Amino acid sequence: MEEALINWSRAQFALTAIYHFLFVPLTLGLGFIVAIMESIYVKTGNLMWKKITKFWMTLFAINFAIGVATGIIMEFEFGTNWANYSWFVGDIFGAPLAIEGILAFFMESTFFAVMFFGWDKVSKGFHLLSTWLVAIGSNLSALWILVANGWMQYPVGMVFNPDTARNEMNNFWDVILSPVAISKFLHTIGSGYVISALFVIGISAWLILKGKDMYMAKKSMIIGATFGLITSLFLILSGDESAHQVALTQPVKLAAMEGMYDGKREAGIVALGILNTNKTLYNSEPTYLFELEIPYALSLLGYHDTNAYVAGLNDLVWGNEEMGIMSAKEKINKGKIALNAFREYKDAIALKDFEKAKISKATLEENMPYFGYGYLKKPEDIVPPIGLTFYSFHIMVALGSWFVLLFAIVLFLSTKKDITKYPIILKSALWSIPLGYIAAEAGWIVAEVGRQPWAIQDLMPVGIAVTNISSTNVMITFWMFAILFTTLLIAEIKIMTKQISFGFNGGH
Amino acid sequence: MNIIKQTYSMYIDGFRNMTIGKTLWKIVFIKLLIILVFLNFFVHDKTFKTEYQTFEEKSEFVSENLIRK
Repeated sequence: MEEALINWSRAQFALTAIYHFLFVPLTLGLGFIVAIMESIYVKTGNLMWKKITKFWMTLFAINFAIGVATGIIMEFEFGTNWANYSWFVGDIFGAPLAIEGILAFFMESTFFAVMFFGWDKVSKGFHLLSTWLVAIGSNLSALWILVANGWMQYPVGMVFNPDTARNEMNNFWDVILSPVAISKFLHTIGSGYVISALFVIGISAWLILKGKDMYMAKKSMIIGATFGLITSLFLILSGDESAHQVALTQPVKLAAMEGMYDGKREAGIVALGILNTNKTLYNSEPTYLFELEIPYALSLLGYHDTNAYVAGLNDLVWGNEEMGIMSAKEKINKGKIALNAFREYKDAIALKDFEKAKISKATLEENMPYFGYGYLKKPEDIVPPIGLTFYSFHIMVALGSWFVLLFAIVLFLSTKKDITKYPIILKSALWSIPLGYIAAEAGWIVAEVGRQPWAIQDLMPVGIAVTNISSTNVMITFWMFAILFTTLLIAEIKIMTKQISFGFNGGH
Repeated sequence: MNIIKQTYSMYIDGFRNMTIGKTLWKIVFIKLLIILVFLNFFVHDKTFKTEYQTFEEKSEFVSENLIRK
């Protein structure tokens, strides 16, 4: 397949996914924050909380309206740019996405109307229920999408049918309860909650700095900081589980996240470091130009054992017999056997040689876990871009740690002191809004770039997943999507800032 | 019957009294028009589904791609 086509197709999907995820997180978390605020209003009957709820609900609606349907473009891309992939994943991808469309989306949109049009038309209790159901519905949508993504990272619950060239689901529960999918779901919604909390404290801080609706802004800040502190701690826990799952199922990604070439026991995490760009698999140059390591942390994070052996890229590429790690070369050989068996099976079926077909099918099934390796040219091809994975991971972790600290400080100052007297903290809260998005996108880069070359882990490399179409067409549509999404983002920011400038007493 | 009337009036009053909502609906419609009409018919007009109609054709096409690459 033409290299330019693969690269443009990847760039296009990355662009749409990254832009789509600029709109998603706020929907995931702000829904719950609004529901908490409305719950306080219903419990206390204090009209100030109704105003607060309506203000944040309007911002939620702006983000929802601008972001809705941006994910549809990705589904189109599956059909045009990723035909082999779309067919190969079969009903495994289709089932969760169909459930997402039917169940979660309809639940969300039905109660969305009550949430916005139902003030003083339905009972307070029913309105509150609708608000909670919208929040739950949007999170259920995320569940099904992340189940599909989790399957790509760790394909389970299926069997490959060589007659149709499709994977067929044989265990629905294995797919939806996959530990990779669950940890991915929890970590992703956690990041949405943290971004939403940052949004609430940041906007509240801006209103306080401007001296506008200060009392309601301070109340919002307490809710945002409390929600943020709880969810940022949850994010650390879910991140720990996510890293554990990566260690078990995608060790190459874990090694790339740490830029780790040689495996070792009691492996540490580089808290701060600069990669040596001259370092390769073929030389003994130092990995880092500068590093500040936390001892034992990687063994502990990956395997929950400070003495655990963490495989390095050299182990995974060249193999390590002592540690029982198969080399990529051996996997490539097994993959080629699987591919050859698939070819022989198809030929045998065409010639109606059912005896030979049976033997070929058995060989294919035996080597199917390595099917994708058959397309790789050399063992080093299993290594993802190390610099991008390493820095994205460390940016995400550093920002995540900053958010915990920020939420704790803001919560303390807004409950125990007068936060209006700390403009530096208010400004930090405001400027942390974009940092939340940077951290979340960095997380996605770790998840997706870190698992290259795979479209489906071990089964299908990206180069095989792509459709053979003109790279010029993909390039043109790339720029079209870039313009469309950038326009939507500018519209969101403009409408949002205008609405925020009205404050809590503005029109909703 | 009463509940249908109430629901109807909720929607009608809701749409009538929208402020920022009017702008948002315009954006949603323009966006859907671009995504579902323009992109669907002019950019993503030739998809795997339109090029290969039957299950067998699709399966054969992908099998060939998987084997030949």
